[in-house]
Amino acid sequence: MAKLYSASPEKVTKMTPKKETIDFLLNYSKALKVETYNKMPFESILN
Amino acid sequence: MEHIEANDAFLVKSYIDGNEQSLSILINRHQHRIYSFIFSKVFDKDVAEDIFQDTFIKVIRTLKRGKYNEEGKFLPWVMRIAHNLVIDHFRKNKRMPKFENSGDFNIFSVLSDSGLNAEKQIIKDQIENDVKELIKELPEDQLEVLVMRIYKNMSFKEISERTGVSINTALGRMRYALINLRKVIDKHNLVLTN
Repeated sequence: MAKLYSASPEKVTKMTPKKETIDFLLNYSKALKVETYNKMPFESILN
Repeated sequence: MEHIEANDAFLVKSYIDGNEQSLSILINRHQHRIYSFIFSKVFDKDVAEDIFQDTFIKVIRTLKRGKYNEEGKFLPWVMRIAHNLVIDHFRKNKRMPKFENSGDFNIFSVLSDSGLNAEKQIIKDQIENDVKELIKELPEDQLEVLVMRIYKNMSFKEISERTGVSINTALGRMRYALINLRKVIDKHNLVLTN
């Protein structure tokens, strides 16, 4: 069988943020609570 | 399986209703596009990471406050937030230039040549010559005060003593000299900026 002389294509890595960043966002979302009192929103982070 | 097939609008609604899993799906679905968009503008992984995080913090807060207006454009909305934060990032950096530390110390990153280059020097000389010609059109008394103040760097007290008028009159003549000079510049349609 003939040899292949062409270089194998470089592996293309998808650009994605770090797992830590995603985890932080998901945890932030779980911790964040918004309560509305007299039409005013109040945010609290319950960690 | 239903969640994987679900569209953004459905996931957003489900998230607002309290299903945290929906946010995870939304982030996973769009993270690549949003992150690459930010990176393509800032070319720095850490900064891109920060802006990505800030973007979703804003998304989460807006959704939880019930301020999001569903029009079936979740991704364009998030992209717009990211875009605005990228602009904010560059604005902030402009105000506070970052000291780039690439290993080698580069003296020119701290020192800059504040002198004019050859072209700007020529333009400056031309402007100064133009102004010298223009002030000749001013009335004699105003011209006298202006020359003493600007070219001879005399104080108004000295000018008033030399010309025999009060300080207030000298100040008034200077003021009218400048007003009239502006009028002359307008009349000749000149742009005297470097």
